[in-house]
Amino acid sequence: MDLAYTEEEEAFRARLRSWLAEVLPKLPPPPAATDWPGRRAHDAAWQRMLHDAGYAGLHWPADAGGQGATPTQHLIFLEEAERAGAPYVGANFVGLLHAGPTIAAEGTAAQRARWLPPILRGEEIWCQGFSEPDAGSDLAALRTRAVRDGDDYVVTGSKIWTSHAEVADWCELLVRTDPEAPRHRGISWLAMPMDAPGVTVRPLRTLAGSTEFAELFLDEVRIPVGNRVGAEDDGWRVTMVTLSYERGTAFVGEVVACRRLLAELARTARADGRWDDPVLRRRLGRLNAEFAALWRLTQWNVSEAQGAGGVPGAGGSVFKLRYSHARQELYDAAAEVLGGRALDADHPWVAGRLSALAYTIAAGTSQIQRNIVAERILGLPKGR
Amino acid sequence: MDFQLTADQRALRDGTRELLARRFGRDRLRAAVDAPALDRGLWRELADAGFFALRLPEADGGVGLGLPEAVLVFEEAGRALLPGPLVAGQLLAGAVDGVATGERIVALCDGATDPALWEHPADCDALIFLDGDAPAHAARAYRSAPADVARAPFASVDPLTPLARVTGPACTVPQPGLDVPRLRREAALLTAAQQLGSAARTVEMAVAYARQRTQFGAPIGSFQAVKHLCAGMLVRAELARAAVYAAAVTEDALDVVGAKLLADEAAVRNARDCLQVYGGMGFTWEADVHLHLKRAWLRAEWWGGAREAEERLADALAG
Ligand SMILES: Cc1cc2nc3c(=O)[nH]c(=O)nc-3n(C[C@H](O)[C@H](O)[C@H](O)COP(=O)(O)OP(=O)(O)OC[C@H]3O[C@@H](n4cnc5c(N)ncnc54)[C@H](O)[C@@H]3O)c2cc1C
Repeated sequence: MDLAYTEEEEAFRARLRSWLAEVLPKLPPPPAATDWPGRRAHDAAWQRMLHDAGYAGLHWPADAGGQGATPTQHLIFLEEAERAGAPYVGANFVGLLHAGPTIAAEGTAAQRARWLPPILRGEEIWCQGFSEPDAGSDLAALRTRAVRDGDDYVVTGSKIWTSHAEVADWCELLVRTDPEAPRHRGISWLAMPMDAPGVTVRPLRTLAGSTEFAELFLDEVRIPVGNRVGAEDDGWRVTMVTLSYERGTAFVGEVVACRRLLAELARTARADGRWDDPVLRRRLGRLNAEFAALWRLTQWNVSEAQGAGGVPGAGGSVFKLRYSHARQELYDAAAEVLGGRALDADHPWVAGRLSALAYTIAAGTSQIQRNIVAERILGLPKGR
Repeated sequence: MDFQLTADQRALRDGTRELLARRFGRDRLRAAVDAPALDRGLWRELADAGFFALRLPEADGGVGLGLPEAVLVFEEAGRALLPGPLVAGQLLAGAVDGVATGERIVALCDGATDPALWEHPADCDALIFLDGDAPAHAARAYRSAPADVARAPFASVDPLTPLARVTGPACTVPQPGLDVPRLRREAALLTAAQQLGSAARTVEMAVAYARQRTQFGAPIGSFQAVKHLCAGMLVRAELARAAVYAAAVTEDALDVVGAKLLADEAAVRNARDCLQVYGGMGFTWEADVHLHLKRAWLRAEWWGGAREAEERLADALAG
């Protein structure tokens, strides 16, 4: 067990730090949460800067245009970027963390050449069209149909909760290509251009008031067969291979940010004369232990992935379960520190409190994560 | 950074687990419940296996390993519910003659806790008492012969840990060579390691029971309500593991406090959930679940309870 970083890792950190210190002050201020074109431009510009400095797709394999960095270097990158206040991956999330890695792992040479470089340069934004009105936790129940017609699939159906759909160029779409096959066997993975005729995007307003996600209506959308990644009807496997990557390091920066917020809560409580309240103090003290341990668990999981050649283990579900609840508790504690000001929707902690509510739902609800932990890690029998 | 067990550390853990399974299996555990006097033969065997001399330099007859290794060994002790003043043995091996070899059994009592409790008083050859009146950084250690310690009987909630209450400050003969703040910190960490072992063990017990016990024509482990209890137990144990192992590596005082807090919670709550999964069987004297719960309660009180830990962690935040 070694928590010290190697000389090489420290050198990487030092280089990164000085680069961040140099470029971040030149960055324009972040646009308003509701300004989608502005957010897209901001996130894209940051991605372009990363690309030009050799930090784009750090964790991607070198033959996919990435830097082939180790999971530990990726961890250092995310930690330092957050410490320095760099923009979050934002609109590039699906491209960099899911669709891109899927194409890198399963795509043909031509597909990789077409889609990966623009993701790394921040030129093309992807969204994820998996969930449907009747297929959420039970994703394999998806019904959006793709019927082969010559060199195209003709796709009809609807998707929901599609984050960043408003600004996306491409959608990684799961469709049913064989309605007769067992549920998991008749699904295919397609790259759908968002400007194709027949695609309608209807933004949905979240409880935070903004339009983070949208509904997609697909009416006989023609998608070239060449846009299918992986074999026909093999889309479930293609998707699952990379879904686990999403859970490996996706929250590293956020844990760093949560620890900073926690210290801010304590300082605010003290400045406001709330520090003589032992209930509040103990609550914050416990969260301190919790987030310190979540950081250690991240280091544990990353080291495990590194030992396994980059493939994250099942620890991702354990982490996600605890983290998503801890994040909600953190913002509830923030509300306690704020007192009546917790009713002010313009306060950043209040916005944080609202968006934290999604954490136990998105990317697999807590109940689904518990099923995964119980069945895949503990080996308990499948339920009926 | 490589925050995983090394091959040597895994071998140490596995070897300790085998030794304890062989020498302190379920029969011995249950026999100890009925007659909790310590087995001196076993104690010497533990000593021979390096239990106490683990961190002494090889030149002094020790094994020359570090705190992370001690933590792994104590995790196994916690799994097996091994009784006795093990933490004292590990921490005093270099300071009190005969402890490293298992010839003498010595207990530690922290005068800063109320009541000041002494484990296995009838089995001890000496008591090391940590002065609770002095400020923590200036606290000193005193050594007493058992007969000289003023005590009152105390009905221990844990059948495997007989206790006495120390009534007078046993501050007569100073015990040199001990750094008391460090002793307290390491005692907290090794106690947390035992809690971790217990927490991990009760997950296994609950899962094994849930797979085998059938109701409504199906193993109870196929019911989500049971499944989710088990998943929650694993999450607690794994978070505590990351915290305890990291604290063993950093030896940072605050890391230890946080690790103890999470390990205490994991041990106590996992034992409670395990009891729930066992149903009526969990409420029996016969099942081992209560032994985990009661020992977890005891350890949670020692070397820094939740209130003290949370206050310290809060202080560090507001800094
Ligand atoms: C902010 C946000 C962003 C999102 N972005 C995207 C995106 O970009 N692309 C995309 O495809 N999807 C996205 N999603 C969708 C997300 O993946 C789903 O919301 C999630 O998988 C749950 O599905 P559902 O909403 O249909 O809830 P349901 O599956 O209907 O679940 C409702 C409740 O039932 C419980 N439940 C369901 N099945 C079980 C079971 N077997 N056992 C126990 N309990 C069960 C759930 O835990 C939950 O509490 C996003 C969601 C959110 C909140």
